[in-house]
Amino acid sequence: MGHLMHGLINRAIQSFVCATYGQSCWLRVTEAARLGFVEFEAMLTYEDDVLFRVLEALSAELGRPQSEILEDVGTYLVSHPNMEGLRRLLRFGGVSYVEFLHSLDDLPDRVRLAVSDLTLPALELRELSVTEYQLLCHPGLSGYASVMVGVLRAMADDYGALVMLSEDGQQDRAEVISIMLVETAFAEGRHFDLGARNE
Amino acid sequence: MTKPQDLAQLLETLCPMFMLLDDKGLIQKVGPTLQKLRPDTPLIGKSFLDVFQLIRPRTITTIPALMSMAGAKLHLKFHDEPRTALKGLVAPLPDGGGAVINLSFGISILDAVRDYALTSADFSGTDLAIELLYLVEAKSAAMEASRSLNLRLQGAMLAAEEQAYTDTLTGLKNRRAMDHMLAQLSAANATFALMHLDLDFFKSVNDRLGHAAGDYVLQQAAQIMVEETRSNDMVARVGGDEFVIIFKGLTQEEILSSIADRLIKRLNEPMMFEQQPCRISASIGTALSTQFETVKAADLLHAADLALYQAKREGRSRHRLYSSLSQART
Repeated sequence: MGHLMHGLINRAIQSFVCATYGQSCWLRVTEAARLGFVEFEAMLTYEDDVLFRVLEALSAELGRPQSEILEDVGTYLVSHPNMEGLRRLLRFGGVSYVEFLHSLDDLPDRVRLAVSDLTLPALELRELSVTEYQLLCHPGLSGYASVMVGVLRAMADDYGALVMLSEDGQQDRAEVISIMLVETAFAEGRHFDLGARNE
Repeated sequence: MTKPQDLAQLLETLCPMFMLLDDKGLIQKVGPTLQKLRPDTPLIGKSFLDVFQLIRPRTITTIPALMSMAGAKLHLKFHDEPRTALKGLVAPLPDGGGAVINLSFGISILDAVRDYALTSADFSGTDLAIELLYLVEAKSAAMEASRSLNLRLQGAMLAAEEQAYTDTLTGLKNRRAMDHMLAQLSAANATFALMHLDLDFFKSVNDRLGHAAGDYVLQQAAQIMVEETRSNDMVARVGGDEFVIIFKGLTQEEILSSIADRLIKRLNEPMMFEQQPCRISASIGTALSTQFETVKAADLLHAADLALYQAKREGRSRHRLYSSLSQART
């Protein structure tokens, strides 16, 4: 309680709602959440109950559970054209989906390299076999695992891998995502060109 | 000692941008990434110095000199386009059997990945190249977000300035504030006097002594107006050298005239700016809300204006009441 939420996270939710459900839906949500403003600033911080209120209002507005919505947020972060920059940053994690999975342990550190005051809870990949993995999402950010399921699913499409994902409850306070790799080269996947940064 | 063939295999795994030179400086083996930079020119068999130009140290122009540079950092470029800059390290093989040279991009990596369409697989697993590229992209995304925040804040600041009621130069109220006050007084059908004051000869101070002198004169004049009025009167700067004073609840013309005369007397005294006397004066026109059946801001301003122009016509440095004009409605 009384924690500060990095504006980038709030801004991501706003961007998702506007791109998916439209500006007017976002305005209704900000009103229902009693924000008193309609734009989050990515480079400022907000009391964390601000985001809780937004998610509650959004869940009521759409009549969908928060976990479902957050999963869509994760998918949006990777697959929407608005978020191409973020997709590229994630693709730096590895040349294959399995390499990407292994890079997730470093994700919070990578995020901090980019934005020094954005702290994400730890992620821990456990390799049960060459096709079975578990991702442990450590506590500290409510809904973290739901967003990560969306991210993992969209990144699988990006690499052209076929996977089955499920949220598997908790282990030592960490939320567990089970990842079953069905096929690593299922489809073509999207192109990733190292040098294609924007001018 | 390992055979050259084994050595080349080892190097291919560890440093994909290596070169194996023989004792004459001819390229014997080339790492796959280095060859990828010149896909149409087989590098094997060429002389090292024909392919690369040594930028630093410049004194190295022969193979024996190059072989003596063990452990030193080299800066080099391709002779042909694209002239990518590279860093290198020479490790001579024992018994004068040639040398291994390992190359890397250094800071040119940003252009190199684009120019040569390099992928993660072109870098050794321990190379920090990919992390560097990641960092560059992540930082520019973060900078972009900061920049757009700054732009929005700047916009908000400008908007806030526009909404302000204070004249920043003199600290008096501005035209916006006066408009609001007049609207309020009119709506309340209040009793008040409106004085329109215009500085005479201000332009010549500005022209002769510069803007700093002009600003100083405006600040001094503002100070005088504040001193000669009551705290609940409103003094506003409404144009370059134009001021409006609103006296709430005061409509006695003798009192207003004596205030106006005092203002003119004090504004007539020379102001010293950097040892230079600045001489100005003031003309004033005054109208009363009670001179109109229904008080409208525009009417009152116009009436005070007419009185002011009369004062100017009569030779400046004087005060005229609207009630004294022939066309005045009384």
